[in-house]
Amino acid sequence: MSIWSRISNAVRGEWLNREIDEELQSHIEEAVAAGRDPREAHRAFGSVMQTRERSHSIRSAKWLESLVSDTRFGWRQLWRNKVSSAAAVLSLALGIGSCVAAFRLIDALLWRPLPIANSSQLYVLSRKMIGLNGRPIEDGYWATPNFKLMRDAVKDQADLIAISDADRTDITWSTDENVERAHVAYVSGNMFSLFGLEPALGRTLYPADDRTYGEAPYAVLSWDYWNHRFGRDPKVLGRPVHIGDQVFQIIGVGPREFTGTEKGTVTDIFLPLSMNRMATEDRADWHRTFVLLKPGVNAATALEPIRQHLSSVNHAFASACSTCYRGETPASIARFLNQTLVFNRGGAGISDLQKEYRRLLGVLGLLVGLVLLIACVNVANMMTAQAAARAQEMALRISIGAGRRRLVQLILMQSALLALIASALGAGFAAWSAPFVLSLVNPPDNPARLDLPADWRVLFFGLALTILVALLLGLLPALRASAVRPVAALKGGEDPHSPRRLMRAAIAIQVAFCVLVLFLSSLFVTSFERLQSRPLGFSTDRLLLLETVAGKGQLPVVWNQTAEALRAAPGVESVAMAGWPILGRIRINSDVSINGAPPSPNPAFFLNVSPGWLSTMKIPLLSGRDFRREDTSPGAAIVNETFAKTYFPGQDPIGRTFQRGTDQPINKIVGVTPDVPDHDLREQNGAVFYVPLNSVDDKSVPEPVSFATFVVHTEAKNPIALADSLRQLVAQRHNGLRVSNVTTQMDLVRDQTVRERMIATLAGFFAVVALLLAGVGLYAVLNYSVLQRRREIGIRMAIGSSRAGIVRIVTVDVFVMIALGGCTGLALGFGAARYITSLFYQVKPTDVDMVALPACAILLAALIATLPAVLRALRTDPTEILRAE
Amino acid sequence: MAKTDALQGSLDLLVLKILSRRPQLHGYAIMAAIANASGDVLRAEEGSLYPALHRMEEAGWIRAEWVKKDTGRRARIYELTAEGKKQLGSEESRWESVSLAINRVLREA
Repeated sequence: MSIWSRISNAVRGEWLNREIDEELQSHIEEAVAAGRDPREAHRAFGSVMQTRERSHSIRSAKWLESLVSDTRFGWRQLWRNKVSSAAAVLSLALGIGSCVAAFRLIDALLWRPLPIANSSQLYVLSRKMIGLNGRPIEDGYWATPNFKLMRDAVKDQADLIAISDADRTDITWSTDENVERAHVAYVSGNMFSLFGLEPALGRTLYPADDRTYGEAPYAVLSWDYWNHRFGRDPKVLGRPVHIGDQVFQIIGVGPREFTGTEKGTVTDIFLPLSMNRMATEDRADWHRTFVLLKPGVNAATALEPIRQHLSSVNHAFASACSTCYRGETPASIARFLNQTLVFNRGGAGISDLQKEYRRLLGVLGLLVGLVLLIACVNVANMMTAQAAARAQEMALRISIGAGRRRLVQLILMQSALLALIASALGAGFAAWSAPFVLSLVNPPDNPARLDLPADWRVLFFGLALTILVALLLGLLPALRASAVRPVAALKGGEDPHSPRRLMRAAIAIQVAFCVLVLFLSSLFVTSFERLQSRPLGFSTDRLLLLETVAGKGQLPVVWNQTAEALRAAPGVESVAMAGWPILGRIRINSDVSINGAPPSPNPAFFLNVSPGWLSTMKIPLLSGRDFRREDTSPGAAIVNETFAKTYFPGQDPIGRTFQRGTDQPINKIVGVTPDVPDHDLREQNGAVFYVPLNSVDDKSVPEPVSFATFVVHTEAKNPIALADSLRQLVAQRHNGLRVSNVTTQMDLVRDQTVRERMIATLAGFFAVVALLLAGVGLYAVLNYSVLQRRREIGIRMAIGSSRAGIVRIVTVDVFVMIALGGCTGLALGFGAARYITSLFYQVKPTDVDMVALPACAILLAALIATLPAVLRALRTDPTEILRAE
Repeated sequence: MAKTDALQGSLDLLVLKILSRRPQLHGYAIMAAIANASGDVLRAEEGSLYPALHRMEEAGWIRAEWVKKDTGRRARIYELTAEGKKQLGSEESRWESVSLAINRVLREA
């Protein structure tokens, strides 16, 4: 009974009426059967209709019933204009779905708290200082001895937790066979307990596991890794895993939700901090430091004293380092020691991915928001036009006593219906598109991984967005409709221009948003194109890269023999070796000292290569010669042009010498090559020198090489086809060499532009959508306006207006609006671009073509969109119009 | 006309009382019962009886269900709920106190 029966009765109003009628009918029959006069029995009810209405309103929830009937009416309205309704729903669905997808990504990467206890009390410690190149930097990595001193210093107010990045590491589950890669993170022993993480199996790491190097070779798997690598096999406990030259024993599996603190990467294996050799080194800044305030400590008052305490400990530690500043001037030491410690909120984790994609996702959110707004304006325009066409009906409703509130409700229900259907479709789109965009984020062989749950956060956002859209769509038409003055409307229209004025303002808004989207997109697309077409100076064609490791190292002769064996393999044209591939992730700097002088402030980068590497990479020699077999490091060196210009300006570098540090042995320059981008396509070329892979110690004894990359030039077009056979060939030699990763030079170059490719693709897509929507909007408004002004156009034609005149009166105000909107959009674009210059490559917002491109695009779209309406206006037959009036 | 006026405000009480004595009556039977028991002095008008029944139904005092009559037609019959019994008690005592008060006024005025 009560509220529920009234709600259910409201939905089935007709049924209720029938039931009431039947009851009254049966009453009359009883009365007649009891001997009353049938007519008198009927009369006793007075008006049957009125009795029914009274009972009906008692038994039914009136507000709901009006909602239901308005929904039905709204649905019929939408159904009547099937094509425009479908277009409206689709464009809104695309907009809403994109917004929800963008929200899911942004929320998952940047905002969503880690699944740990006290995430709101968690901070990340970093330091601001002047970097090597003289620019301010914020460094978030710390040396373990420094970390331990700081941890002990503030242990009464806060706990310090050390967590390294989860690097992709070669591991084997049994010796030497089947190298796998897993994301391995080193964590301090207090992490699991402080984060309130309970093991799903076995035990987690304890503080006692994290005391001295080599004491606790224990590993904890993440639940995710345990699930997909071992199928949740409980027998995994106790198994050994080889990582580098260490063997760890699995002691437990972490909780299901916890995938590490590095958003975008799922940690597979947790190891104790102290098990990494770097944990003993004063100079190795290698892990992050989290600060977890003790329960009951107030962040507002406690953070600053803690920060100052940590600052003094850090300063003392850095000053005490005796080996750190050899050969540095006092000024540069003082510059280095001037560090400011800062706390950042750490509850949502921290990762390079967050840093790299924060701006980019912001831009993406802006683009999809604008597209949604454009779609909303379109649909609102459509509804305004429809409402204007219904002005007479509205006037009639008001004159026979409909409340204005009810009229507003009627139109709002229609827009809510549109928004609801669109968000249902959009939810499907978001469910597909968020993981899809995430898959574009990183190179395919090391994808970014983020939990993208569709939980209440997403639901709440989607709901709020739907309500917002419904209000945006319906409010204006609803207010307009309710302001209808029945007398004027019934007389034949009060101000026929007022809906058109509203729609024209909408055009300006729409064009402004569209130009903004186009402008930003063209900046991104051009950036990507310029980055991709940057001259490399080396060939990427048919180059297979075998990244190879050799445990504790093998002598160069072993490496050379393996290279010979590869050379002899079928399908191989030439083989060379390098310490690591260029444009890969590795880059190592080195001091450069000329004639025993102190090293220059800006370091150079180096790469050790075998003879023939230059020719395999198709890097020409400008002068001098390539390395020979007998060349060693130290001894010979080849330098690039920038190196020569920086250290030997105006001189011939061949035959000159340099040292890698003040007291280091001498290297003699034997050749000069052009600059090639060696690490980051976006960066300017720096000073680079090459040294032979054969390195010797100070007694000229060859030193073992523990890792290098075979650069294989294949005969076939697709180098990766040889990957498996060459990998096995290396393994079959059983000389301690093991291929840990296979890639191609082409892929490394492509991976350089992943971020730019992603934003260019998405921005391009949304630019097309925005242009399309704006075009459709323009077409609809003009078409409507021509229909409305048929009478005026007919009269003008009849009194001899020229065709050009007709075209002018139809289009002039629209093009004024387009110009107005376009300028606003560009102004907004200049403003927005200033915040994201770091995302551009060799593109300036003020470049002429960057402005011309969106302007031309919008003008072209406008021309195409206005054409049908103009033709319709010109085809107007004045006699027909005048006769109809 | 005087007949309906006498019922003003006490129709609920009469219906509840009738249903408490004889459960499962349809609307006409309730009307007839009121007339009968009052010796044709009180008469519930159809126009106010049904809205009252429906209101009490929504309030949860009475419960309705459809039954087949001998004629093959359906009739909607009503019976008292537990809540309706409580309501009847309070309506009765209210009526008692009101009629006592009115009697006192009539005597002493």
